[in-house]
Amino acid sequence: MRELINFSQGVSRRRVVKAGLASGLVLALHLPLRAANEPEQTPDNTAGQFAPNAFIRIDHSGKTTLVMPQVEMGQGVYTAVAMILAEELDADFGQVVLEHAPPSDKLYGNPIFGIQVTGNSNSIRAFWKPLRVAGAAARAMLVQAAAAQWQVDPASCSAAGGKVKHEPSGRVAAYGDLADAAGALAVPKDPPLKQPKDFTLIGKPVKRLDTPNKTDGKVIYAIDAMLPAMKFATLAQSPVLGGKVAHVDDGAAKKIPGVRQIVVVDDLVAVVGDHFWAAKTGLDALNVTWNEGVNANVNSADIWNALRAASRTDGVVAKSVGDVEKGLTAGNRLDAEYELPFLAHATMEPQNCTVALTPGACEIWTGTQVATRVQSVAAQAAGLPLDKVTVHNHLIGGGFGRRLEADMVASAVRIAKQVDGPVKVIWTREEDMRHDVYRPAYRDVISASLKDGKILAWKYKVSGSSIMVRWLPPAFQNGIDIDAVDSAVDMPYDIPNLQVRYVRAEPPGVITGFWRGVGPNNNVFAIECFMDELARTAGSDPVAFRRTMLGTNPRLKAALDLVAEKADWGKPLPARVGRGVCVQPSFGSFIATVVEAEVDEFGEVHLRRITSAVDTGIAVNPDTIVAQLQGGLIFGLTAALYGEVVLAKGRVLQSNFNDYRMLRIDQVPKIDVHVIKSGEDPGGIGETGATAGPPALRNAIYAATGVALRRLPIDRQALAVKRA
Amino acid sequence: MPTLKINGEDKSFDAPDDMPLLWVLRDVLGMTGTKYGCGIAQCGACTVHLDGKPVRSCVLAVGTVGNRAITTIEAVATTEAGARVQKAWLDVEVIQCGYCQSGQIMSATALLAGNHNPTDVDIDAAMAGNICRCGTYVRIRDAIKRAAGEA
Repeated sequence: MRELINFSQGVSRRRVVKAGLASGLVLALHLPLRAANEPEQTPDNTAGQFAPNAFIRIDHSGKTTLVMPQVEMGQGVYTAVAMILAEELDADFGQVVLEHAPPSDKLYGNPIFGIQVTGNSNSIRAFWKPLRVAGAAARAMLVQAAAAQWQVDPASCSAAGGKVKHEPSGRVAAYGDLADAAGALAVPKDPPLKQPKDFTLIGKPVKRLDTPNKTDGKVIYAIDAMLPAMKFATLAQSPVLGGKVAHVDDGAAKKIPGVRQIVVVDDLVAVVGDHFWAAKTGLDALNVTWNEGVNANVNSADIWNALRAASRTDGVVAKSVGDVEKGLTAGNRLDAEYELPFLAHATMEPQNCTVALTPGACEIWTGTQVATRVQSVAAQAAGLPLDKVTVHNHLIGGGFGRRLEADMVASAVRIAKQVDGPVKVIWTREEDMRHDVYRPAYRDVISASLKDGKILAWKYKVSGSSIMVRWLPPAFQNGIDIDAVDSAVDMPYDIPNLQVRYVRAEPPGVITGFWRGVGPNNNVFAIECFMDELARTAGSDPVAFRRTMLGTNPRLKAALDLVAEKADWGKPLPARVGRGVCVQPSFGSFIATVVEAEVDEFGEVHLRRITSAVDTGIAVNPDTIVAQLQGGLIFGLTAALYGEVVLAKGRVLQSNFNDYRMLRIDQVPKIDVHVIKSGEDPGGIGETGATAGPPALRNAIYAATGVALRRLPIDRQALAVKRA
Repeated sequence: MPTLKINGEDKSFDAPDDMPLLWVLRDVLGMTGTKYGCGIAQCGACTVHLDGKPVRSCVLAVGTVGNRAITTIEAVATTEAGARVQKAWLDVEVIQCGYCQSGQIMSATALLAGNHNPTDVDIDAAMAGNICRCGTYVRIRDAIKRAAGEA
């Protein structure tokens, strides 16, 4: 059965001897991906390698291992991080091998969050400087080693393509040959960094390193983990959120061939079998009685009513400029409320976690955006100290914020405690969707006044659950969730009287979490929808109106001008076809988007054309910027057109792609993304398209029909042509 | 023990007749390139070829396969169209997370094997059963056209 153990093809263990991890965890692993000309893996051992910091190791052959502090879930971060390191290192990119970082907040903590996390579109923003310094320090040591060997001035040497050259004499030494000597040198603190004009990799369209193995089935996601003598399990949690197991009748399930064990753990039931199918059919054959608990009568209508009531309270002031109340009375006042629903993540790779638990140790195979949290959650569930838990991270089949949580790891470990030997726990799509950590439902209340064609005052109040209270308590201070008000407190328009408030309102039973686009997803939607309503009231064109308000934001204004030109803004369109615009200053990127859409007589919406212009600062791998916007736009538009998680009697009604719909290829038009050249530091990009799509589409519908939708998903009945 | 003809080889397996081919491939034979996404033929991540035709292996009972030839992502490169599709996928940089792409590539290969010059309508018809959450559709369309152009 050797072929079952496909892990051995792509994964081997390495002891990070020199790293001295604070957590005490000493195992990491190689990725099943490498540059095309990479030879077979050499034995894993940092001994004898040049390892000046946690990110770079160079062995005698010149093989350069770059340790990835951020996880790859499709956003292209592995390639971009490798490019940044290799740029300043002047490495031979063809000799670069990537490796997942092991859990360690100390070594691999995200400088913005302080913990090891991939999210909020900040991988490149957070690591831009530290990775360049890491690469430059290593290069300086290699140059110094060569210079010492040749007894020349280091300043007379240069580095390129994994080699040091002494220009006057033409002598050349490969990094691999310098590894020992460089390793004996002190690490410089402030190595000189390259000027952007001297970049040879950054800004060039570099082929992604993770994709070749994704064309032929070789890539190993966590769900593909295979261990000797492994069992397969799938689980059911209470259909009513928060319910517990009361009684399990497993008579029929136990008779199914391949079913090995029924595991009952307080709030879940799992069936363990020889393969997933046995586990699944076994689970279907169980007769489980649930104690439904306190949420048995929770309905979406009640949650909305409670949220609306909360949104009428004052909340907490998150930002205040000028005198907003006075400003509101001084001009032509307009009021509106916007509502966004709970959303599921629906990652293509369903939640899963493989656990090998022995009395003294726990090994975890999963794909996570939060490796250190997975480690601590597993340790707690297993009742083991942190240093007895090994986390094998994987390339992720879709994160979108779902894998910023570790609930699936806790459940899998609790199941594994009752199973002899390793067990892979896979959530069915239905279980994944019905027990997600949902994007909060939000209600945004806005009032503004217009004077002389401009906005005089702007009062904005966001109401919804706080993710940060649960997820990162220090980010909830003085009653304000910094994520919930992101892109509202720093909205792009030049308004003399402005106030932003926040009302925390927690829905019963529903756990909420980050979803692609995070806080700005809500705020940009409400702000940009309202801007169109203000423009119409002012008798202005939506692009022209925004332009007059963007006086202090030249980068966003330039993006708006470019997208208007590229999208043929202002050119005539047929009846019931409209263009809608959205601008956003979010995640350190400046993006303007135009969606062109048609609304048919039945209220169905057809996308016709999508155009974005983006200034994201230095575009590390420009094609990835384009790809992330294209994909993010589709992600956001999918939610705008279809996305809503509804609760009835404490149960999530949606279950699979039949009732939680996705945009498909036949609905997606051409998407043109124009990247603006910039010398500014890089901004974030992964979230941005998801934020841009919904308001631009809604405004296109507004232009096409005159109907000002104020809720998502789009209400087709409100758009249908009424007939007598 | 029953056998399946997979990627040109006869493979014997031990599984009940009603077990979907997907789980025979993944959990019994250890061929994990074919993916589980929905279990109800809604997403296409599990697409394989049966005598060259794309099928959703998550709902195809293994007992109904018989001696028809199964091709999976692991061997699609051995077909002329499959190799072209894989190359085009990389040339165009279609892939993001990649989880759905085994199924996308299998569907695209089946399309191109029977249609050397697919129109947008043909592409829509052949590919609308494959969901991509990363939203790579624009590039999938480009890559299929590119692969067709190289035939």
